[in-house]
Amino acid sequence: MSFFPADMPRPEPNYDDEGFWKNYAEKRLCFQACGDCGALRHPPTPICHACHSVEVTWLEAPSTGTIYSYNVVHHAGHTAVESALPYVGALVEFEGFPGVRLVTNVTDVDPAAMQIGMRVNLWWDDIGEGMFIPRFKPA
Amino acid sequence: MAVADHKACIVGVGESEFTKWGGIMDRSQFQITAQAIAAAIKDAGMTAADIDGFASFADDSNNAPLMAVALGLPQTRWSSMVWGGGGGGSIAALSQACAAVESGLANAVVVYRGLCQGQFRRFGRFGQGRIHGNFVYPYGLFAPSMFLSLMMRRYMHLHPQITHEHMCEIALNARSNANRNPKAVMHNRTLSRDEYFAGRWIAEPFRLFDCCLETDGACAVIVTSRERARDLDGPAIDILGALHGSGPGWGSGPLGSQNMPDADYASTNSKYMAKELFELAGISPSDIDVAQIYDHFSGLVLMALEDYGFCAPGESGEFVASGAIRWPDGKMPINTSGGQLSEAYVHGMNLLIEGVRQLRGQSTSQVEGAKTCLVTGGLGVSPTSGTILRSQS
Repeated sequence: MSFFPADMPRPEPNYDDEGFWKNYAEKRLCFQACGDCGALRHPPTPICHACHSVEVTWLEAPSTGTIYSYNVVHHAGHTAVESALPYVGALVEFEGFPGVRLVTNVTDVDPAAMQIGMRVNLWWDDIGEGMFIPRFKPA
Repeated sequence: MAVADHKACIVGVGESEFTKWGGIMDRSQFQITAQAIAAAIKDAGMTAADIDGFASFADDSNNAPLMAVALGLPQTRWSSMVWGGGGGGSIAALSQACAAVESGLANAVVVYRGLCQGQFRRFGRFGQGRIHGNFVYPYGLFAPSMFLSLMMRRYMHLHPQITHEHMCEIALNARSNANRNPKAVMHNRTLSRDEYFAGRWIAEPFRLFDCCLETDGACAVIVTSRERARDLDGPAIDILGALHGSGPGWGSGPLGSQNMPDADYASTNSKYMAKELFELAGISPSDIDVAQIYDHFSGLVLMALEDYGFCAPGESGEFVASGAIRWPDGKMPINTSGGQLSEAYVHGMNLLIEGVRQLRGQSTSQVEGAKTCLVTGGLGVSPTSGTILRSQS
């Protein structure tokens, strides 16, 4: 069973982020990097902000990250999350991946124990139909 | 300092009644918007024949070409829409009106916004094809309170001296000003410190009263040149500068990407623009008598006080705790109509109108002798925007 109920909104891949979701389906947390100059970018964009190349590579992030910021959501912005309130939204950075950070959740945590700078470990949440979503637990 | 004849000024304002979202159902959103524009034209002492342009923002659905027909404009010379889904575009639309008037491409441009959320969608809700929604929705982040609270938490981490007491002061200031403003949605409802802290969490660190209202209403402002304004009876308010824009790397910013540069992440995205705005206006932050600072969330007002240079980074809490923003005795009263926390949330346009009222001497929390007013657009988004207004008297 996934962290949120089955009617939770799912990623709807489009031209510009399709490669990103293909990696998730294989349980690979990858950020997009320029195939020519190596500049990292997120969310995915179809052209490099540094050199305007359209070549792309995907670099796999470490499975442990650091909390850049977080919140605790108490208000249901969608009926799917009502049973999960309150939950922790988080922004996670990864060593060796400067300038990009990931929106996710920290689960299995007392929200009052959350701190910026704390280390968190990746786990893959099976949201069905062959798709997995990265969430984190305290390290 | 003399202002050239071709420079833009505000000559008329108009607004509908303001209600809680879904409150205006007796007439259409288009109608209340048209009525607000008609009121602004009348306030300016103009007729529809004097108006030849429109500027709006946030994908306003009150179509300008239809508005031109509805109001009987003989000729249209300008219409523009600012990209971006929120109130960051409010003063951006004003800046486009200035560009149109000062370049001579139009004679008089209406800046407007109207929304009746019981008739159409409820603004800011899930399910509107949000850019980068793929990167936030699956994690249960759906609304601006949930996006900007991440930024606010980081800001409070970087400046641990900023507390909920300071956010509370922003909310209480807005409410006490609204209690003096009969048009404010919260006119008859007081708010105490205890009630603020008893307010339920929405998305920590934001409580209920840290979040703006959701409003039905319409606002319109008429911009023309100083030369044309001289033929009108009413007082013209000079626009010393109106700018919009962004620092690098914002894009969808906190509303989706959350990948703004580290140096600017916990900010209103106004630092660079604010500096240019004061240079353009030829004045400094200490010259501002009163300010209307976009209060979608209390904490972003604190950030704006720093980013616009009214106090140093991390010192906004101390600034507001000193009483500096309170009417009537603070050195720079802010959000004197009650702002968007307590008057109405017309995506910044009601703040612009309150700025004009202050410089006409017509506010219900009138700052004595106010000559200059800063009005910001939506903060912490791209584009963001801001203007400095000055009375001619």
